[in-house]
Amino acid sequence: MTAHASSLEALPTGLKAALAVGLAALSLFPFVGSDFYQQMVVRMMILAIFAMSLDLLQGVTGLVSLGHAAYFGIAGYALAFFTPPGEPVSLWWTLPAAMGLAGAAALVIGFFVVRTRGIYFIMVTLAFAQMVFYLVFDNKALGGSDGLYINFRPDAGVFDLENKRVFYYFTLVCMLGVFVFLRRLLWSPFGRALAGIRVNEHRMRAVGYGSFGYKLAAFTLAGALAGLAGYLWGAQSGFVNPELMGFHQSAHVIMMVILGGMGNFAGAIVGAFAFEIMLDVFKDLPAIGGFETGKHWQLWMGLFIVAVICFAPRGLLGLAQRLGARPGAPDA
Amino acid sequence: MPEALLRARELTKTFGGLAAVNKVSLELWQDRIHVVIGPNGAGKSTLTNLLSGDLPPSSGRIELAGQDITRASPEQISRQGLGRSYQKTNIFPSFSVWENIRLAAQSRAAQQPWNPLRWLASAQADPAVNERAEAALELAGLDGRRHAIAGAASHGEQRQLEVAMTLATEPRVLLLDEPLAGMGTAEAERMVELLLRIKPRHAMMVVEHDIDAIFTLADHLTVMVNGTVIASGEPAAIRADRGVQAAYLGEDH
Repeated sequence: MTAHASSLEALPTGLKAALAVGLAALSLFPFVGSDFYQQMVVRMMILAIFAMSLDLLQGVTGLVSLGHAAYFGIAGYALAFFTPPGEPVSLWWTLPAAMGLAGAAALVIGFFVVRTRGIYFIMVTLAFAQMVFYLVFDNKALGGSDGLYINFRPDAGVFDLENKRVFYYFTLVCMLGVFVFLRRLLWSPFGRALAGIRVNEHRMRAVGYGSFGYKLAAFTLAGALAGLAGYLWGAQSGFVNPELMGFHQSAHVIMMVILGGMGNFAGAIVGAFAFEIMLDVFKDLPAIGGFETGKHWQLWMGLFIVAVICFAPRGLLGLAQRLGARPGAPDA
Repeated sequence: MPEALLRARELTKTFGGLAAVNKVSLELWQDRIHVVIGPNGAGKSTLTNLLSGDLPPSSGRIELAGQDITRASPEQISRQGLGRSYQKTNIFPSFSVWENIRLAAQSRAAQQPWNPLRWLASAQADPAVNERAEAALELAGLDGRRHAIAGAASHGEQRQLEVAMTLATEPRVLLLDEPLAGMGTAEAERMVELLLRIKPRHAMMVVEHDIDAIFTLADHLTVMVNGTVIASGEPAAIRADRGVQAAYLGEDH
């Protein structure tokens, strides 16, 4: 087994080409797709940013967080809180502020959780996220279980985010920016150190790396980037509710990362798109007799994910690479 | 020679009621190899783990170049100039040989977390790190194997890699836990040669079982049995010691 067969950290040329085609399709989509589908793709791109932020922890550093939605939700609520009922608020300070709040929450929570490992890390991240969830859920000032409305999209000055097409391209640029940033980060000294911590934290400490600081920095950065996604989500949908930071949201984003393939950020994008497309397919399944098949979409989604994990352990991206690289060849 | 680089005083580690290491004192000097021998379970690896900070001692004191490191973490001790290798190969198996060594060398690079421009610079583009890694790669004789995946390299090469990673951090004190374990004769000879070559610049402690290597390398020999030092001194004197022969050397020969 070579490194290239076991990991897609370095994206093979074929996959890069496929991703470029995907990007071209996304760039042209507003000219062919209806409003409805444009909004759906915007949602997918936002979730792709969210999934990439988790991949920094899950795929690169080896930290499976079951509470990542907390930071997504915090930034969404921040936008709702910043936006007055009667007028829009400037993008240029609210976006950094929302990401900063999400990052600050991740820094504080991370200070406690990155000391733990494995199953304990999973449980403690979940516990903190549930605390954030109930803090919002039981707080009347934050809309309680009903959530808050955001009557206006943020005002960017030079471009108009109320225009659907402008918002689409703004989200696309954000997604692309996060992808390029994280890909560069992956090969930086910091990214290599995170990968080293995933593979053998014990040895990293023995050669002098303070792994606590590295993990805390990754956790904070992942929180801030999840905040970017949450902010865009709030701006796009026009309201936020506690579900955004709930357990299901955290679990879904883990599934997206696994579905697409971990540790290379492209897989996270593919996974987010695939998850949302399958979600739509499963929800629209016709009723068979008295059995409303579509209502039980979680069952079909579960089976779908299990099937992907069994037959494509490196996710959809790994499967694409295997099929593309050696057509008809037996499993490598 | 003015002072010992590493000095351990009455080091003790108890697990439950059992003293795995019992009041062990030792000193490591530059340009001297201190070999520790003893039967399995004598506490040699535990002693190494205490000195490197992998285990906190129950009592006793450790000084590295005059500074107290008794309660320091492994990364702090490493940064103060102590490098160690492991008895059980402890590498990054999915990385290339080069990346294993480069990552170890990178730990000594100037950190500038406040400089966002450095966040995105390629890890391969730091000349100082590459130079350190290159030197360690060559020293360990892994020059031709830099692109090999570490986990797929031969056992002997992985042992060489263990030492190369440790050297890449440019330590003053080296603790090597059974560097020859599982090696063939030719590989073992190369390793002994390497250790003698790097000896002048380091204070070394080597835990070893191979009798030939022990007497080739040792400037000072310590014999441990059941967590206690039963003899310590010139190799020739230890070899002649009846008690040691009975307790350890005699059993093997």
